[in-house]
Amino acid sequence: MAKLSGAAVAKVEEICDAHQGEKTPLIMILSDIQRTFGYVPLEVQEVVSQRTGISVAEIYGVVTFYSFFSLTPKGKHVIGCCLGTACYVKDAQKVIDRFCEDLGIQPGETTEDRMFTIDALRCIGACAAAPAVTIDGKVYARVDVQQVPGIIAEYRGEEVVA
Amino acid sequence: MTYTASEELRRDIERFKDELNSKFTGEDGKKYLVLCGGTGCMAGGTPDLREAAQGLIDKEQMQESIEVRQVGCFGMCSEGPFVRVYPDDVLYRLVRPEDIRDIFYEHLMGGEVVERLVYEDPKTGERHTRMQDIPFYRKQRRVALHGCGVIDPNKIEEALGYGGYQGLMNALEMDPQEVIDTILASGLRGRGGGGFPTGRKWQFAHDQQSDEKYVVCNGDEGDPGAFMDRSMLEDNPLSVVEGMAIAGYAIGAREGYFYIRAEYPIAVARVNAIIRQAEELGLLGDDILGTGFSFHAHVRLGAGAFVCGEETALLNSIMGKRGMPRPRPPFPAVSGLWGKPTIVNNVETLATVPYILREGLESFVCHGTERSTGTKVFCLGGKVNNVGLVEIPMGVTLRELIYDIGGGIQHDKEFKAIQTGGPSGGCLTAEDLDTPIDFDNMVEKGSMMGSGGAIVMDEDNCMVDVAKFYMGFICDESCGKCSPCRIGTKRMMEILDRITAGRGTHRDFDELEAIGEACKTNSLCALGQTAANPILSTIAHFRDEYLAHIDEHSCPAGICRDLIEYRIIADKCRMCSACARVCPVFAIDGQAGKTVFTIDTEKCIKCGSCLSACRFDAIVKE
Repeated sequence: MAKLSGAAVAKVEEICDAHQGEKTPLIMILSDIQRTFGYVPLEVQEVVSQRTGISVAEIYGVVTFYSFFSLTPKGKHVIGCCLGTACYVKDAQKVIDRFCEDLGIQPGETTEDRMFTIDALRCIGACAAAPAVTIDGKVYARVDVQQVPGIIAEYRGEEVVA
Repeated sequence: MTYTASEELRRDIERFKDELNSKFTGEDGKKYLVLCGGTGCMAGGTPDLREAAQGLIDKEQMQESIEVRQVGCFGMCSEGPFVRVYPDDVLYRLVRPEDIRDIFYEHLMGGEVVERLVYEDPKTGERHTRMQDIPFYRKQRRVALHGCGVIDPNKIEEALGYGGYQGLMNALEMDPQEVIDTILASGLRGRGGGGFPTGRKWQFAHDQQSDEKYVVCNGDEGDPGAFMDRSMLEDNPLSVVEGMAIAGYAIGAREGYFYIRAEYPIAVARVNAIIRQAEELGLLGDDILGTGFSFHAHVRLGAGAFVCGEETALLNSIMGKRGMPRPRPPFPAVSGLWGKPTIVNNVETLATVPYILREGLESFVCHGTERSTGTKVFCLGGKVNNVGLVEIPMGVTLRELIYDIGGGIQHDKEFKAIQTGGPSGGCLTAEDLDTPIDFDNMVEKGSMMGSGGAIVMDEDNCMVDVAKFYMGFICDESCGKCSPCRIGTKRMMEILDRITAGRGTHRDFDELEAIGEACKTNSLCALGQTAANPILSTIAHFRDEYLAHIDEHSCPAGICRDLIEYRIIADKCRMCSACARVCPVFAIDGQAGKTVFTIDTEKCIKCGSCLSACRFDAIVKE
């Protein structure tokens, strides 16, 4: 993995300092980093360790425990397929399978061109919209397997225009 | 402005109340278009409706007389998006942006109700213009959901004008022990699922001598298919803050922590915003309303770990550690956050507390049964007509919940089971339909109340597959600290995999029961202790389905992939090629208009695309 740029180090340190004075802020620091950079690689964990005095082992333990944190970067578009019970009983498995099939990746993985990541989500609370899919925060309701290629094209198409 | 005495606040509250009321009664001479801001309606187009409505108001220069308001979830998500018009109190459902024009010109300007957008009871054909007349709402009572779908959750004045802080002000006039006695007398039991008496938990913490104590609100709603905690946090966050402050006053805590899933960014933002507004008004912080009681609330984010719903794991997570449980005792009430006495209460529990102190004991205990007082919020989902958020008095039967409120099963299919309690719960079947819903009955019937997820399943759902779904969830979410749970859940998963692939044996029943029992008695926390429940409950009620998978290698509901095959009936095929065009793996061969199509079962991934694409019923699943 590439070495961190000076700007990135400064940003990480700034995030650490923003939580100074709070009791046990580690998870909040890591959440902000995850949101800012899209992942929390080992190099970043080292910077956090130096800044906060928490050992890298402990930080690594926390990062790998929670599914919200990722060690590898995510794709430009994150496709979140809800697999909560309400969606599951309405064939959500078929929907996520189709996304996987069409993009050639498994849940949790990112396509080689870094365009898409597929995440299996546990209930996003949109049970009336089951089966639901969220892409970059936009909720697609009552997704049918047939719509999957169209949805993917929609995001690929956007790239062509841009 | 900062309030330094209850009298000041009470005086302003009267004003807030009048202001809020005038938005419903039309006393301010305005008309209001109220939009539902719940997740379902937001995904279904509320933002577009808002834009369309605002556009028309601006175009017609009606800013002075028509206003758009967005409130929390209306509850009946399957009929959304909703628009409610005041002061006429007319509810429009399934509204599309193009319908806004008609509502605007016909109703708001012309005074005529737009009949086609009014709810029609599918059973009787009756039309109901008022929300409260719709059967879905008739049996509901709003206690924990007080204010949800009524007030604008971003404005503290509206919450205060709708009963907010009355409970805390009443509590502050009482002795902490009196507050605890009231909660004890109310019979309130923990709404997170366990059903432990809330007052007793508070009493334990109250009796501890310590310079520091904490209140924690468990908003790590992990049960897949449940979103009531999220709705309360999003739609009336002040009520949960108020409940937390009352708990703090009762046990002698000055600090409280909200632990909310990071997957709920709107809930996090709203709670943060309401805490800030309350602090500015002096309703949180030091010396609240001049009573000498100080309370500070903080928000911590969950980071995606179901086990953090377990209280000791949750406390570890707040303290910045891996969210793993630890043995109890010591219970958190004795040694919790940073070793200090801590109570952990569920969102719904805390949202119920202000109601009891505001409305009085009697108006709470009049709902429910003897041992389960009050109401319970459920997220009714799955194969039921009216999917949504409901709050019912304890003691309502499952039949009333599913048929009267839920409107029955979709497409008139046969009801098979209702799953409650999520991955820790079990299934209840047609036999149990007339069972009154309360904590003890649910356990007796082999499930549990749980946090409130209620998923209805019909004849098309395979119960072995459902059991496998929950076990897969538990396997993923087991934290790995204790071996019975870490290994036991994996082994059970393997057995279910085998059964759904047609390779099961009768011995598997004994194995599942033995491993399930071992998990139950030896796991460290409730996650492992209850892990086998979905399996044991489905075996108890649906042994035939398991046997069909084992003996006949068939899945009666046609769900388990390894046991089904898709086939094209040659006589029925019209050679249109629709199936071949949708097949993602090019497993269907044939020439359009020339030859009958066939499926290569080796290539087929059994996605079912062809079945839904065929317009001539030529494809069968067997």
